[in-house]
Amino acid sequence: MPGGHVRVGNYVPALKSPRFPELQSRFVGVECGKFREGEFMFRRWCIGIVGLVLMAVAGQPANGQNPLAGDAKAAKAGEYEFRINCALCHGLGAHGGGRGPDLTRAVKKHTHSDAEMFQVISNGIAGTAMPANGTNGQGVGMTDEEIWQIITYIRSQEVKAPAQAVGNAVHGKELFYGDANCSLCHMVAGKGGRLGPELTGVGGSRTREAIIDSVRNPSRRLAWGLTEATKEFPQEYESVTVVTADGKTIKGVTLNEDSFSVQIMDAGEQIHLLEKDKLRSFQKSRQSAMPVYDVDILSDKELADIVAYLIRVGAK
Amino acid sequence: MKEQGCFESAEMLGQPWKSGPFRAASCAHEAMAFRPCVPRGLKPLQFFSAQRGAKAPLFHGRVKTLVALLTWLIASVFAGNAHAQVTFERLVNSGKEPQNWMTYSGDYTGKRFSGLDQINVTNARTMVAKWVYQTAATGKLETTPLVVDGVLYATAQDDRAFALDARTGRPIWMYQRQLPGDIRPCCGRVNRGLAILGHKVFLGTLDAHVIALDAKTGAVVWDVAAVDYRTGHSFTVAPLGVKNLIVIGISGGEYGVRGFIDAYDAATGERKWRFYTVPGPGEPGHDTWEGDSWKVGGAPAWNTGTYDAATNQIFWPTGNPAPSNRGEGRAGDNLYSNSLLALNADTGKMNWYFQFTKHDEHDWDATQVPVMVDSGGKHLIAQADRNGFFYVLDRTSGKLISANAYGKITWSDTKDAEGRPVAKKEASPTLEGHTVCPGAAGTTNFMAPTYSPQTGLFYVTARDQCDTFSTAPQPYEAGHAYYGSAYFPSEEAEPYRGFLKAIDPATGEIKWKFEHTSPTWSGVLSTAGGLVFSGDAEGNFIAFDAASGKPLWHFQMGGAVYAAPMAFAVDGKEYVAIAAGSAVYVFGLP
Repeated sequence: MPGGHVRVGNYVPALKSPRFPELQSRFVGVECGKFREGEFMFRRWCIGIVGLVLMAVAGQPANGQNPLAGDAKAAKAGEYEFRINCALCHGLGAHGGGRGPDLTRAVKKHTHSDAEMFQVISNGIAGTAMPANGTNGQGVGMTDEEIWQIITYIRSQEVKAPAQAVGNAVHGKELFYGDANCSLCHMVAGKGGRLGPELTGVGGSRTREAIIDSVRNPSRRLAWGLTEATKEFPQEYESVTVVTADGKTIKGVTLNEDSFSVQIMDAGEQIHLLEKDKLRSFQKSRQSAMPVYDVDILSDKELADIVAYLIRVGAK
Repeated sequence: MKEQGCFESAEMLGQPWKSGPFRAASCAHEAMAFRPCVPRGLKPLQFFSAQRGAKAPLFHGRVKTLVALLTWLIASVFAGNAHAQVTFERLVNSGKEPQNWMTYSGDYTGKRFSGLDQINVTNARTMVAKWVYQTAATGKLETTPLVVDGVLYATAQDDRAFALDARTGRPIWMYQRQLPGDIRPCCGRVNRGLAILGHKVFLGTLDAHVIALDAKTGAVVWDVAAVDYRTGHSFTVAPLGVKNLIVIGISGGEYGVRGFIDAYDAATGERKWRFYTVPGPGEPGHDTWEGDSWKVGGAPAWNTGTYDAATNQIFWPTGNPAPSNRGEGRAGDNLYSNSLLALNADTGKMNWYFQFTKHDEHDWDATQVPVMVDSGGKHLIAQADRNGFFYVLDRTSGKLISANAYGKITWSDTKDAEGRPVAKKEASPTLEGHTVCPGAAGTTNFMAPTYSPQTGLFYVTARDQCDTFSTAPQPYEAGHAYYGSAYFPSEEAEPYRGFLKAIDPATGEIKWKFEHTSPTWSGVLSTAGGLVFSGDAEGNFIAFDAASGKPLWHFQMGGAVYAAPMAFAVDGKEYVAIAAGSAVYVFGLP
């Protein structure tokens, strides 16, 4: 395949693809909120951070049927409940937000039936940022009726799956690992680079539109990296340039930072652990290390294929 | 012990919407006092020295033993037991004993300033960790420890309280309340600290009880239910001991409570007065509420106020009207939400009020510590408000002296005739949602500020963050969250920024600022050593030069800071303490 490149060890080769000249000596970082497996992170914007608290959770009716299914009035009540309880992560209109997946998709990763959805809202999803009802430090959480209202609302917002899938996932995979050079910096299912966010789950947790936007406008919202237990904000994929005491310049992305230290991964995937007071200079930028993929570089159809591939992988 | 406030759970069994595995928790609200396996003969508490008792002369016979014991007890007392009771006079004159930290803010003025100067700008860079006390509580610690005569008292998640040897961190006693399973804390199962008065420490609990614990044993002396917790009431605040009273304010602005400030007799737990922060029918201010909205009007009082002995006034701030982000249905100014109240300490009668944010729709509780400052013969009170303005009032009258923005604000661009910032109409939340600065977290929040008489500067943790506010009609339902809203971090806004800012109260000018890596919830301490201390979200505890803002020293504690620092001394050595993660850290010179 023209423009395809092979990675050798930890070295990211200079990119010579005639189709992607601007990729040379630049890094890649897709804007996308990513939840690290095994880490729990949920923010309630009301007053601050929320602790993981064991609290009562609503029980599930024996038959698992939504008693309010199709009830327009319940859907409206559910819309407001959704805003108050869910929209912080899943966005107004359930289209997915900075953290939560798009719930208007007919096919969801964790839930299919109403009963499963009730379970997930009640108990959360272990290993993800989805908390159990009532565990966000806000007291007793929603009633069963309110949960059913929310499910009724979500069902009312669902977009029927298109007859034919958007994009060609097989071609998307070829592009991801080939011509589009995504894999130089992004890993999917254990294969790819380390400089940008790992993308195996991104197709399951982010909207199609959000992924496309992050490829077209990588700096608009930087991706999240490390989240720490009680820290309010996760680390973002900021670009950084430092000059060390011995005059060496290091460019890379921040893995983590505080007022006195910084951890950087450079383009060669080397990790640098630095103390700021020992640096000659330290400069951060919110210009993503990922190049802007405009339509001249990656057509809408090619991008749709890549997104189709990510969604296929992410849905697993 | 009386089971006051022990509610009939059978009544709740008929309410399936409150179902849950832990809900039916028993009525066993009686607290447990744990006694850890530590020698009971710790030096500061020689009263309890069983070991010394055992070394008493080997006399035989009960009478002789009793005489010996009495002799020893008397000798102990006359030997100068350091653990004298904390009288009101000591609290009023706390400046005379800077080795002790006897109220939430260190003294009645709210300055959070320590007169200790052993640790100073010259030697701060040599500070080391002295000890760490792990509470094993999950969540965040918001406690400010008290230290009296070598004993440190603090609290942790789920209404834990403990007393430690302030030099070593070894526990003397530990207490944890058995909480019902269906409490309604707003924002974490937190507690911000104790009050001390006489021989007792006082704790407000998440199930809305006020509890007096014996300062030497942690045993419950009295336990009073202030109100039914199931309607969304709770206590997270550190109470304030004034005269013979324990003053405390309720939490629950997220549940549509009707807010109040209570005063209890420290000796008996009897309630002496209650001031409802939302006036009832016939009371002045009642007409600032539409219809019956006053009944669920909020205006909680969840941060510790200050006290002016000269005028016998308590200054106590109040929080948001409920629902917090939807003004429809509660037309009017909504007094006394988001206000500073001046109350007579003996009666709870209001002398004056000042409302910072009228008819608030952005959750901008005014629950920041009001700091008493005297300047040029004027008796002032300063509050860095959550709405983004730094207010200075005349504390004898409540009249506004100045209001200056100290962070990024978009909600107001005009002031009224008295100089109060006026909200723009378009700042109201909409159904579609739109962006307002500051966001719901505010320019500052509960994190305690400090004022240093040395530098004449007011130091406060600040953040620049904007949120998208959207309304959501929501009926009131007792015990259920009642926001009427949703708010989100605004995607269009700049990244959120957090600062430590030094404000000149005379001018409102920001003399210096230090930008944190990300916004922090840490409070601030200033000391006579020319230092300011604060923590950050990344887990650092930092000493700054109070004059310039230059960081002089830091220590990585491994957990984000949600508490405020304090300073104390034992045996002539100064220490600085702060809670981070789920532990209390104490630092000193090598």
